[in-house]
Amino acid sequence: MDGIHDLGGTQGFGHIDVEADEPVFHHPWQRTSFALMMATQIILRSHNADEYRHAIERMDPAHYLLCDYYERVLTGTVSLLVEKGYLSREDVERRAGGVFELAGPVSDRPLADLTPQPEARFNLGDRVRVLNISPSGHIRAPKFCRGHEGTVIHRAPKFRFPDTSAHDGERRKEHTYHVEFKSKDLWSDRDAANDSVIVDLWDSYLEFAL
Amino acid sequence: MREETERNARSKASIEQRVAATKEALIDAGRITQADLDQFASMAEDWRPENGAKVVARAWTDPDFRARLLEDATSACAEMGYAGPQGEYIVALENTPDRHNVIVCTQCSCTAWPVLGLPPDWYKSPAYRARVVREPRKVLREMGLWLSDEVAIRVWETSAETRYMVIPLRPEGARSLNEDALANLVSREALIGVALAAPPAIQSPDNVGITSHSF
Repeated sequence: MDGIHDLGGTQGFGHIDVEADEPVFHHPWQRTSFALMMATQIILRSHNADEYRHAIERMDPAHYLLCDYYERVLTGTVSLLVEKGYLSREDVERRAGGVFELAGPVSDRPLADLTPQPEARFNLGDRVRVLNISPSGHIRAPKFCRGHEGTVIHRAPKFRFPDTSAHDGERRKEHTYHVEFKSKDLWSDRDAANDSVIVDLWDSYLEFAL
Repeated sequence: MREETERNARSKASIEQRVAATKEALIDAGRITQADLDQFASMAEDWRPENGAKVVARAWTDPDFRARLLEDATSACAEMGYAGPQGEYIVALENTPDRHNVIVCTQCSCTAWPVLGLPPDWYKSPAYRARVVREPRKVLREMGLWLSDEVAIRVWETSAETRYMVIPLRPEGARSLNEDALANLVSREALIGVALAAPPAIQSPDNVGITSHSF
């Protein structure tokens, strides 16, 4: 989904403020929000981490940008609990005493047509290109690297393929690769020849660069 | 459509009200218990950047451990007791005099919880996530870290399941310090790569800027 969450390289953002001696949580509700996120995924098992990330991606973009991280955590979690019938929106709105903003719906056709790759196809040093795909469901290849060429510098173990895990069950697993892209290849306004960005990409997202 | 219009006319529940409503509804329905919630909340308090700092200090003082950390950081951290959710596959990135590493998660806010702790607000901010991949040198300068143009910057995007930690350069003048004292030089920011390990001479909070200890 080409949503607001895919922020890498987006321009116009300002200064980054660092808080000295930042506590783990600033408010008690943040602690509860985090615990609800963990308990629903690990104990209730109402949804998995990929469905959860995608639910946050489906939030209204303005709400997403303006709210606290732990408000996104709660919104994604409750959206899935309502969608899957664990909670009703009417009940949580009645209990909360007002409107409970939730994520928008899943796309009718969320997946790109990517061939499963159960065996590792790439090795260290291989030149690869990220497929130039834009599915409207969950995908973990950020926009800034799609269509670009890089070099494989590490192969990680197999992990759940997030696109199908978010929409079609957890059966598919593939290796991921740390692919190094020259920054000046990703953005024409970059002139630092030695700087690079390394993206951790599933096998299905890649093809050999000629 | 009418339902949405009616919804828009009503006032929004506060975040405190929404969190409390969700918790009550799940507990009332018997889906989860208060003990479940307490368990995960207290886990979060145990994931501290001090853990990662101790890993770095050991790597600085024990060449065999450093080699194991670079080869298989998941096992090396686990042997010190640091493992768990978001620590299933950890890779350690060693800074060198001519290469600096910095970590980001542009699409959400993934972090190696057992060694870095839950991420700080600045790491989760849209500004950091948007900017550091594209203009790392400028972002680091704004955060108080000036790197020579000769130093190549590698920005690591946490887009899949690998969770990274940076091993900062051991500061000059820290030769005589023991492992505990060395760990005190390593902040959460240094473990993410937006600060250096603090040189031992600089202990005054007035002149350390971002390299001051944030924990």
